[in-house]
Amino acid sequence: MADLSVLGVLLLAVAGLGLFVLGAALGHVALRRQQANPAGPGTPVEQATFHTLHTASLAAPPLRAGLTPDTARKAARRLRPLLGSGALALADEEAVLAWDGVGEHHRAQVTERLAAVVRAGRTQRVELDCAHAGCAVRQGVLAPLTVDGRVTGVLAAFGDGDSGGLRRAAEEVARWVSVQLELVDLDRARSSVIEAEIRALRAQISPHFIYNSLASIASFVRTDPERARELLLEFADFTRYSFRRGGDFTTLAEELRSIEQYLELARARFGRRLEVTLRIAPEVLPVTLPFLCLQPLVENALKHGLEESAERGRITIVAEDEGTEARVVIEDNGVGMEPDRLRALLRGTAGPDTGIGLSNVDRRLRQVYGDPYGLVIETGVGAGTKITVRVPKFRPGSRQG
Amino acid sequence: MNQTYGMAGVSVVVLATALVGALGLRISRTTSDFYVASRTVAPRLNAFAVSGEYLSAASFLGIAGLLLAQGVDMLWFPIGYTAGFLVLLAFVAAPLRRSGAYTLPDFAEARLESRAVRRIAGVLVVGVGWLYLLPQLRGAGLTLRLLTGAPGWLGGLVVALVVTAAVAAGGMRSITFVQAFQYWLKLTALLVPVVFLLAAWHADRAPLPAWDERPVFHRSTEVRVDRPVNVTVREAVRVTATGSIDGHPLRGAVLTLTEGRHHIGAHTGLRFPPGAQVPLPDRATGSASLAPSGTEHGLYATYGLILATFLGTMGLPHVVVRFYTNPDGRAARRTTVIVLGLLGAFYLLMPLYGSLARLYAPDLLLTGDTDAAVLVLPQRLIGGVGGDLLGALVAGGACAAFLSTASGLTMSVAGVLAQDVLPALGLRHFRLAVVPAIAVPTAAGTVVGGLPVADAVGLAFAVSASSFCPLLILGIWWRGLTPPGAIAGLLLGGGSALTAVTTTITGTTRPGWSHTLLAWPAVWSVPVGFAAMFLVSLATRHRVPAGTAATMARLHLPEGRV
Repeated sequence: MADLSVLGVLLLAVAGLGLFVLGAALGHVALRRQQANPAGPGTPVEQATFHTLHTASLAAPPLRAGLTPDTARKAARRLRPLLGSGALALADEEAVLAWDGVGEHHRAQVTERLAAVVRAGRTQRVELDCAHAGCAVRQGVLAPLTVDGRVTGVLAAFGDGDSGGLRRAAEEVARWVSVQLELVDLDRARSSVIEAEIRALRAQISPHFIYNSLASIASFVRTDPERARELLLEFADFTRYSFRRGGDFTTLAEELRSIEQYLELARARFGRRLEVTLRIAPEVLPVTLPFLCLQPLVENALKHGLEESAERGRITIVAEDEGTEARVVIEDNGVGMEPDRLRALLRGTAGPDTGIGLSNVDRRLRQVYGDPYGLVIETGVGAGTKITVRVPKFRPGSRQG
Repeated sequence: MNQTYGMAGVSVVVLATALVGALGLRISRTTSDFYVASRTVAPRLNAFAVSGEYLSAASFLGIAGLLLAQGVDMLWFPIGYTAGFLVLLAFVAAPLRRSGAYTLPDFAEARLESRAVRRIAGVLVVGVGWLYLLPQLRGAGLTLRLLTGAPGWLGGLVVALVVTAAVAAGGMRSITFVQAFQYWLKLTALLVPVVFLLAAWHADRAPLPAWDERPVFHRSTEVRVDRPVNVTVREAVRVTATGSIDGHPLRGAVLTLTEGRHHIGAHTGLRFPPGAQVPLPDRATGSASLAPSGTEHGLYATYGLILATFLGTMGLPHVVVRFYTNPDGRAARRTTVIVLGLLGAFYLLMPLYGSLARLYAPDLLLTGDTDAAVLVLPQRLIGGVGGDLLGALVAGGACAAFLSTASGLTMSVAGVLAQDVLPALGLRHFRLAVVPAIAVPTAAGTVVGGLPVADAVGLAFAVSASSFCPLLILGIWWRGLTPPGAIAGLLLGGGSALTAVTTTITGTTRPGWSHTLLAWPAVWSVPVGFAAMFLVSLATRHRVPAGTAATMARLHLPEGRV
């Protein structure tokens, strides 16, 4: 009994500790791999360079989220060793956002001088009077942070003696920070392009589909008025969903509902030639996913599965629970596609008349969930197409609109 | 118990589970039958599934066993298991659903916007999951041992393999239907036999069990002791024995066990006369129960139990993931209300089984297999083919109990392992993570047996109550929570409870106050968790996440108004 319990302690401790350490280590490997090794080999000069680059790389991620009190605090902590100054502050146009190092009682004093720097757009030296005898903050350099030729903030470095070297260093660091902040604008521009694409996608579905749907509804008005009425209501619901404003995310349930309406309208046009099977696990219906990221895929299946072929078209939509993810598979038995052409399509180099449906969905999924979550498409000429989408059940920030 | 019938019962349950899993998968619609999408899981179905997954081996076997061994004080267990959902309903269910979190680490990240808190929560989820899996696998081993005589570790291994195979084959796809089915199976497996058992008891004109006295052998009873055990006899009794007692080899000899302590050797058969008091085994040799009335400091232990179960339910990984299936916060609340009713109905049966076991199976006290009380009762009271059939039904229900809980736990632990603890496995290798998720508790279970099933579950609750309860309650109801505060609370509360529990399970402590403190950590570790989270958050007030106001609005406003 005593032997067993000792063995038990050992086993539990070893197993638990081993897994924990392994997990923590593996978790950090990916991160570490991207960062320069600060203690690498080389001459002292090289080592200093490595060290500087490493420190700068640590300060970059917070800055890439824009200049806020929180990001400024994180960045200032990294940047101060780079300058070797006693204190460092980051400010926007109006107020000091973060102060790292000694002498924070000068905060108000520095805030008063910000306006002058922002107006002039040039580096200024300041002398700070201080009542404290041992205060190390006597001299300071205020360097502007310029984005697109406009001053959006100020970097302030302080020391107690000669400020020639400090000025030079502060200007260089301020320039580096400015570049990082310009990249923030670039990120914003990129996401606004994607937003514009989403808008373009909404606009793009409409004309053909609206024309076809109205034409097929019209054909029922005399022969089957009740059916025509139902279809018109479907149509109204469908357009309300597709044209809704705001909210980049929706639930799988809503997206599937809109797809059902879309397919019902399509069936009005194709009649018995279109056969649709839905196999949906109810567990995944509440999953949140980007707005209109499945509908273009179904539209694609319909287009290739039916419009370009004379035979019966079959579309299967399957949604399954995969632990922490949901998996949606959209399959058709249509004409398929040359893999090379598909590749060009996804890259967006296939020519102007191919539409942007697939590549847009692919890019949006990658943007939201990361590269492993792009579309997986299996196809060949005459072999139909199978598109797989995987969506994590949780992603920070993806909320329902 | 008849082995053929028992094995048939277990096989039928496994097959039926596979069948429901497969059939649920085939429920598909063509477009003529519309609005599949609007058919989200209804609160009622989800409540069945939550209850099915929640009622584990500890509920099905353990509570009746503890009632038999320790008496009515043990009714705090089912009360606590149910009341935990009341706390969940009042404070957590709807906001948790609205947060959009699938697992507890998801919630930590959504609320606190911090990867570090997420990772620590992940490690704790795995810890709680493993602690909870341990008794499930033990329950499986016990059931299989009674059915086939196989060694105890084999049952755990079999369940581990079945669960791994099911997950690897993607057989858990229609998990909601499977779990809902398991709830009704478990309820039936206890409800039908209890009707017959009560009828048999009535026909027997047996007295009511007296809880404050020592249990007595109601009939002349033959007891087989497989492991050597030390017992204390209070009143001299004449027994017929084969084997060895106090070192003397015996063969069918009649002797008087005098008042005092006796050593019964391995593989000894004893026949007690009717009306004889059951000699109780010493703690050191029998299964060392942590139960409140069994140890000294009973009041303290009872409070420990109440705190752990009331506050721990909200942090159980397999319960939390099921709430994601609800379409919105309102449905999450309704689900919880229904779960309260379903659990209440189930636990009402437990006192009946406990009382009947006290009357008809007191010999289990001597052998230490009190967890088997539910399984042996049909054979004891009814006997014959009827008893065998009812026994098979109960065995099937027990099988459903540890299969459903074990598979649900394994899935959620594997999810967290794949996402947070071992991200290098890659996102696609969720199924690979199933292996460590169940292998570790299986391995640990073969080494550290001995603790009653319901007690071991109580330890998992204690860890959950000291770490995730503060995180959820403060995270949902207090704007001031900061990432450093959450980390401090999780590490101090959860870490200290985890340490205490691990020490208890490995059995390295001696009886006394220190043992009681470690065996029922919730009384001190829950306040430690709350205090650490609160004070460190106050000290780091400038670190309140930037999006707190928006997150709080999302948690507390009905959907569609944010």
